[in-house]
Amino acid sequence: MGRTIAEKIFDSHRIDNPIPEIHVLRLDAVFCHEITTPIAINDLVARGKDRVFDPDKIKAVIDHVSPAKDSNTAEQGKTLRSWARRHGIRDFFDIGRNGVCHALFPEKGFVRPGFTIIMGDSHTCTHGAFGAFAAGVGTTDLEVGILKGVCAFRTPETIRVNISGTLPEGVYAKDVILAIIGKIGVNGATNRVIEFTGPVIDAMTMESRMTLCNMSIEAGATSGICLPDMTTVDYLWSFIGRDYSSREKALEDFKKFHSDPDAVYSGVIEFDGSAMEPMVTFGYKPDQVKSVREMEGTDIDQVYIGSCTNGRLEDLEIAAQVLEGRKINGNVRGILSPATQDIYLRALEKGIIKIFMDSGFCVSNPTCGACLGMSNGVLAEGEVCASTTNRNFNGRMGKGGMVHLMSPATAAASAISGKITNSPIFRVRG
Amino acid sequence: MKNFSGNILFLDRSDINTDEIIPARYLNELTKEALKPFLLEDLKLNGFNPARDIKGKSAIITRNNFGCGSSREHAPWALEMNGINLAIAIDFARIYRQNMYNCGMLAVELPMETIDSLFAKYAGKSAVIETDLKKSAFTIRSEGDTDIIPFEISGYDRALIEAGGWVEYADSKY
Ligand code: SF4
Repeated sequence: MGRTIAEKIFDSHRIDNPIPEIHVLRLDAVFCHEITTPIAINDLVARGKDRVFDPDKIKAVIDHVSPAKDSNTAEQGKTLRSWARRHGIRDFFDIGRNGVCHALFPEKGFVRPGFTIIMGDSHTCTHGAFGAFAAGVGTTDLEVGILKGVCAFRTPETIRVNISGTLPEGVYAKDVILAIIGKIGVNGATNRVIEFTGPVIDAMTMESRMTLCNMSIEAGATSGICLPDMTTVDYLWSFIGRDYSSREKALEDFKKFHSDPDAVYSGVIEFDGSAMEPMVTFGYKPDQVKSVREMEGTDIDQVYIGSCTNGRLEDLEIAAQVLEGRKINGNVRGILSPATQDIYLRALEKGIIKIFMDSGFCVSNPTCGACLGMSNGVLAEGEVCASTTNRNFNGRMGKGGMVHLMSPATAAASAISGKITNSPIFRVRG
Repeated sequence: MKNFSGNILFLDRSDINTDEIIPARYLNELTKEALKPFLLEDLKLNGFNPARDIKGKSAIITRNNFGCGSSREHAPWALEMNGINLAIAIDFARIYRQNMYNCGMLAVELPMETIDSLFAKYAGKSAVIETDLKKSAFTIRSEGDTDIIPFEISGYDRALIEAGGWVEYADSKY
């Protein structure tokens, strides 16, 4: 019987089945940030188990509140920093070299096809864009990952989401994933993996695939996975060039993880990419999704462009195309947070930062910041934010605030008009 | 082992997410105890008043997809710090459910019809649950009414609770 990519990764990493449906896997990487790791570290210390399974497989970053905003967040950073030093964790990224974890770690080449990865962060599913099995876990699972390099998972049932056609101009990965979540619901993929396939995915950049996989947790999925192809190889080439004689050889190697044609899925859902249009959320659940057309004219107070969903160079470029030569509405506060230091630098070199600043945006440093309502753009009671982030939960960006999730193009267009608006790049197919 | 019996808090909604259970603005707290006053502070549920409704409760009964959203283990901790170690739902979000067991807490799925009947019969009353882990059965009581409800728990989940959580289990085994 054929196997899916997730099943193949499980088979190559399994070390135990305590019961048939639970698989303990060996981990290729454990990612850490300063919000969920310090409590794991403190607990390991309290248990007399202050050890790490392999300092080179652990990658750590201070990203959620950077720079620290108060004594508590400073303490969280301090705990992670001194732990990384004490255990010789070389890939530790502090302010000035940091960025939002799910943008930073792929950029550093830490994610490879066929890898198993955990992190104490639900959006770890982002890394499935590379053909890895990457899953968010809680603090205790993270603790065991750090200590032993293992994690337990249920049998990975997979839903295949196939997207045919080609996306119209002005429609992006964010719109695609919002449409998918809108259809299957916040519980639609719980305990399952989503495998994204079809011509729309094949045509996507790695950045777009990360946006897509990033939000698979909003449908409850354990991981979102794209099959590795030449786009994956090209993205990784500077990191893997030494291991393969050619890009074709690398691709051949990665293809061993591809799902077999007779793999068994727990469901297959078809979408027509050509019929898609820009999408936006309403309400407090990521599956409350409408087209921008239907939500057009909704007043906003703030626009936030950034996060692990849409704070990459591609996102900044698209928003800049909309903003160039225009000013944002006087009633709107615009905040840009490039997701990593490197993205910031490249955006500076390309003149993108200037376009944002000329239009009236405030450019903040790389951090999660307002995405989870901790710093850099928290909303007041009753305020509304047009945001490129991934969660519109009640209170997410500040108590009593409302968040509408959308693509960078829609966010930029909305900044200009002061209301939720379709970007001028969007063209309806005739 | 923790206590899995006591007064029940009924939360009549699906998709209660971890931001509602404990908002992100409290994730800078350095101890589990500090989370205690903020449990369910942002819960969107008509008539629910955290200050009034949480006090003295030891178990939660709710609908679908409890604990969706963020991976924060702060969510089960906030429950634990309020003396709530048992959650019963039709189903749970994956990370949340695992976090409960990893902390030695109990997350039990019951069929929709059973949950519906428990809401119909006991919600709004002062109802008490007793958990018999050996027999895998709950006894639920309020004035005049009693139900005995069997539940299923895998050998693995049971082993986690008995080992005192996943850290001890994994460190001794792998
Ligand atoms: S940007 Fe937002 S969603 Fe992404 S890791 Fe940071 S807090 Fe989480």
